[in-house]
Amino acid sequence: MKLLKTLMTGAALVVGLGGMAQAEDKTKVGFVYVGPVGDFGWSYEHNEGRKAVEEAFGDKVETMFVESVPEGADSERVMTQMALDGADLIFTTSFGYMDPTINVAKKFPNVKFEHATGYKQADNVSIYSARFYEGRSVIGHIAGHMTKSNTIGYIASFPIPEVIRGINAAYIAAKKVNPDVKLKIVWAYTWFDPAKEADAATALIEQGADIIMQHTDSPAAMTIAEEKGMYAFGQASDMKQFGPKARLSSIIDDWAPYYIARTQAVMDGTWESTSTWDGIKEGMVGIGDFSNDIPASVQASATALKEALMSGATHSFTGPVNKQDGSAWLASGETADDGTLAGMNFYVEGIEGEVPN
Amino acid sequence: MDISIVSLLATLIVAATPILLAATGELIVEKSGVLNLGVEGMMIIGAICGFIAAVNTDSPLIGFIVAALAGAALSLLFAVLTQYLLANQVASGLALTLFGLGLSALLGHRYSGIRPPSSPKMEWFGMAELPVVGPIFFNHDMMVYFSIFLVLMVWVFLKFTRGGLVLRAVGENHDAAHALGYKVIRIRILAIMFGGACAGMGGAYLSLVRVPQWTEGMTAGAGWIALAIVVFASWKPWRLILGAYLFGGVTILQLNLQANGFDMPVSYLSMAPYLVTIVVLVIMSSDRTRASLNAPASLGKIFHASS
Amino acid sequence: MIRLEPRTNPSQAMIILTPILAVLATMVVGGILFVTLGKNPFEAIRMIFWDPLLGEHAFYYRGQILVKAAPLIMIALGLSFGFRAGIWNIGAEGQFIMGAVIGGATGLALYPLNSFIVFPLMIVMGALGGFLWAMIPAFLKIRFNANEILVSLMLVYVAFNFLIGMVTGPLRNPDGFNFPESRSFQDFPAAHNPELWAGTGIHLGVLSTLGFVILAYIMITRHIFGFNVRLAGQAPRAAKFAGVSPNKMIAICLGLSGALAGMAGLFEVTGPAGKLTTTFPLGYGFTAIIVAFLGRLHPIGILLAGLLMAVTYVGGDIIQSQLSLPKASIQVFQGMLLFFLLAVDVLVNFRLRISKRNSK
Repeated sequence: MKLLKTLMTGAALVVGLGGMAQAEDKTKVGFVYVGPVGDFGWSYEHNEGRKAVEEAFGDKVETMFVESVPEGADSERVMTQMALDGADLIFTTSFGYMDPTINVAKKFPNVKFEHATGYKQADNVSIYSARFYEGRSVIGHIAGHMTKSNTIGYIASFPIPEVIRGINAAYIAAKKVNPDVKLKIVWAYTWFDPAKEADAATALIEQGADIIMQHTDSPAAMTIAEEKGMYAFGQASDMKQFGPKARLSSIIDDWAPYYIARTQAVMDGTWESTSTWDGIKEGMVGIGDFSNDIPASVQASATALKEALMSGATHSFTGPVNKQDGSAWLASGETADDGTLAGMNFYVEGIEGEVPN
Repeated sequence: MDISIVSLLATLIVAATPILLAATGELIVEKSGVLNLGVEGMMIIGAICGFIAAVNTDSPLIGFIVAALAGAALSLLFAVLTQYLLANQVASGLALTLFGLGLSALLGHRYSGIRPPSSPKMEWFGMAELPVVGPIFFNHDMMVYFSIFLVLMVWVFLKFTRGGLVLRAVGENHDAAHALGYKVIRIRILAIMFGGACAGMGGAYLSLVRVPQWTEGMTAGAGWIALAIVVFASWKPWRLILGAYLFGGVTILQLNLQANGFDMPVSYLSMAPYLVTIVVLVIMSSDRTRASLNAPASLGKIFHASS
Repeated sequence: MIRLEPRTNPSQAMIILTPILAVLATMVVGGILFVTLGKNPFEAIRMIFWDPLLGEHAFYYRGQILVKAAPLIMIALGLSFGFRAGIWNIGAEGQFIMGAVIGGATGLALYPLNSFIVFPLMIVMGALGGFLWAMIPAFLKIRFNANEILVSLMLVYVAFNFLIGMVTGPLRNPDGFNFPESRSFQDFPAAHNPELWAGTGIHLGVLSTLGFVILAYIMITRHIFGFNVRLAGQAPRAAKFAGVSPNKMIAICLGLSGALAGMAGLFEVTGPAGKLTTTFPLGYGFTAIIVAFLGRLHPIGILLAGLLMAVTYVGGDIIQSQLSLPKASIQVFQGMLLFFLLAVDVLVNFRLRISKRNSK
């Protein structure tokens, strides 16, 4: 009897320990989203990245996520919660999570943090962002060819460097193939507000735009373009189902390669704090399929541009380019450096209107 | 600077329709003496239910009908709370909004990113081809005309029918109406459900026509604007149209000005509709005799039959 | 037939019992909701109510409950006086924002002055900002009889747009790469509102809130102003005869709630939020209205109601990350809680009578 008991206890211990060891083996990865995963834009794509991590690593990884987390104290609490629950790696996917990420990282030095679109690093905090402006060059190139009214409508969110970079890159590429092209910009002052975005798209179309670009997160503008028989480009996700006829192409955020690589690094123990700014080459920025409405020659030149950007043969910001006020910025052949791009707050020559404030 | 006045007017009519629908319903509710602050919740429930119905049946019409039913059903919760359980109307209305926002988000979780069936524009015997008046007045979908028709019906009801008279009596003095034998609670519940149905349709208009898409929280304060418009209109049906179009117009104008390169500080422009509403509210209210003739005297007071 | 019969005196037992009844009812119906979403209801309910208070990481969560509850309680206290008197300030969110903007701007204007006077000055300016913003509906009501519900509500949107204008313009952080936000108050110690004891979440706002609860309790029960407020709400004509000026009441009630909301905004933006951004307003001004009613407009009730709401917020985050439930599920839950509380409240003043229909 006693022997049986000892054996049973021993067996239980083994199973228990084994179970614990297995729990230790799983890498826990947390994701904090600023919007709903159903936005079909920014947060949706980050979630797709999370799903890719799950698919790539299967049983070895366990992911958790919280959506629509407001910046500030709430985000700090969510991150702390995840860390307390045993997360090894946490992705915080909005600029506004910057200080909270640094704060929580200090309290949990063994947890690794990845902060998107920020600029503060720490020993256990990496930053990462995508060179979306490369995508803007490609769609700008297509838009320049495809517009008949020579007016491109741009729905912008906030006058931050990332958005202004996108505007400039799109304009430069469009103007290169179409010197008469004009850009009409509406500032929505929101990242996600379908009704407002729809209204903005309508207003732009009424003012003569026949192609819509956006730096906001919902497919509303694409839907309006489809209704009014105009063209538009998908933003963050392909958005083809919203604009079967309207969608010419799109810029796709693809976080999967980066997320899988970073998770692997944590699992291998090789993770280090890095600052990543990847573009089309590394797969972070994808270009959606070209619509059949785009003539073959334009498709070919757009593909060529994309390949040139990938190989480094072309840079989105190559001189000669002047600032809006006429002063010289890039000399012929000169390319913009990352520092200027990171803090960009001026339009290039030819864009009408002022950068708000 | 060339702003196309024609397309501006046409767009603002579309923009104003959701709030016009919701405001019309709320007018009836308030005329019966009940203040329902839950318009936002009812609108968004209508938006998602209408959306789900339209997508699954491929018919926007069914969408609107379901939206009306859903709004009415939700308002029933408010009706029971305030009329039977004698809860405070302000708190109950806010609870309705909170609940409606959450429930709609839950229901709509799998419906993000779907395109609803489009609502066809009505052909008024080709009158849409007329210059200027054509695109402004004759090129809209069915619900725009329905909303105006609804206002007309409400006006006729209040002014010319016995039912309207009874409703107003209940709103002015519920104790006297009760003494006269009118079923105050029943009338109020019917009014509340009507308000819910209208708000539901207004919400569905947002998700089926104006945006058209479903997203969490898409009403973005439209319910509160509808409430303001009822006061703005001094509880008179025709003024609702004026209020709704004014509000919609200022919002649209701001975007069009921007698209024209008009360099105005955007956020200050965005304040305009709300400031205008306040100014008009003040003007409407300061004429004490007129205002007091129109605001139902029992508005917001709890009624309990103590017989 | 079930009838409601008025009680001669509000039932003391029910006052204590009804909140408990409501929470239980919410747990049951909420549990059913979670089952339809495919989750274990007991686990979910435990995560919402138990984990934040006594669970594994509760030592952290308890502090977070205080952080979340403090602004709700502070604003609700201010609102309760007005609500008792029939003065409906629905625009507390706007006053919250203006207090944060004006108080915050004062601090930022003094950057990098390192003096002990900075933070007290910011508190005063924050209260002043909220006070002035609430004075607009007060003035318009007194002078023009404009409905304060709608004016204060419209002003919320105006305040929100003002905030956007400020953080994208004059208050934007010059060292912040053009992002639409102000300098972080963490980088400005004299203006920072930090945790006073690490891990407890208690900052000056929390302490002030506790102080205000006590003050409000004294005021409502012992001070003549509290008496006047209660009188004005229950018997307006009697109040008038007693010399309570309705205009003064409007001004004081709105001003008081505005000042408290503004202060709450200042504490929030210099502490938990950390900086002025376009997204720091989280709807506390509206949630506080609900807290005020849940607490039956009584300071102690408000204290408890605020803590309860905060628990559901913190618990809501837990079920999101642990059970992959959507954020909307906790909103529905909170709405249900409010509905049940409002519904069972009737039992305080009325008795249920089940009578058979008599055929005569």
